[in-house]
Amino acid sequence: MSTTFETVANIIAETCDIPRENITPESHAIDDLGIDSLDFLDIAFAIDKAFGIKLPLESWTQEVNEGKATTEQYFVLKNLCARIDELIAAKSA
Amino acid sequence: MRLEYFQMIDKVVELDLEARTLRTANTVPCESPIFEGHFPGHPLLPGVLLFEIMAQSCGMLLLRLHNYDRMAFLASVDKGKLRTFVVPGQVIDVFARLEHDGSGYARLKAEGRVEGKLVCNADVTLKTMPFPAPELRGYLLSTAERIGMPMGDAVIGTAERAGNLTHV
Repeated sequence: MSTTFETVANIIAETCDIPRENITPESHAIDDLGIDSLDFLDIAFAIDKAFGIKLPLESWTQEVNEGKATTEQYFVLKNLCARIDELIAAKSA
Repeated sequence: MRLEYFQMIDKVVELDLEARTLRTANTVPCESPIFEGHFPGHPLLPGVLLFEIMAQSCGMLLLRLHNYDRMAFLASVDKGKLRTFVVPGQVIDVFARLEHDGSGYARLKAEGRVEGKLVCNADVTLKTMPFPAPELRGYLLSTAERIGMPMGDAVIGTAERAGNLTHV
């Protein structure tokens, strides 16, 4: 978890020019860090490459739009990292 | 090229589905109203159109890889370089390669060459989504046919070519 978070936080800091110290596991990527959908594509690309996964952004977005999930579930960084860990585990299973 | 209609790709030179690459050849027209303003006495293909040529080549590659089930829209151009002037009559060979096919987006690399010399290159991000209008898919399919895109085992019906889809 900490390794995943460190990697993700560094990606966000570098991609969006956000001071690394402002990025915490509790940060909401959209509400707290002000990351928009276009910047999130760059972040998703870097995460996909770094972890060898494919973040299911489309299904997440659909779930949020349909009220089946909240943005917190996917875009609060500790939750995002948990999803990433699940995808990594599923890949190596 | 028909610059006024944003028809930037003339023909497909090579498609490699395994390597996920596309080469296109594109001749800058000798005459266009664009050159009256860009620039008087010194006609140049506008740099933004070089990015458009690369983006369209990337888009046509991605559409073919997705079997024309989704539309691709230009989202960003990173590390874009315009290395030298491109003038009327020159042929731009564009090479596009899919680097990563993500969820709802794709990242590609593209470069353009004139007589082997690199004139432009960029990292291109395309956002993908279901076609917002059936006639758009029909237009893209007719464009693919016009430029000689190898369709291989892509299953595309006559009605779809005409843009007569009832759903996307």
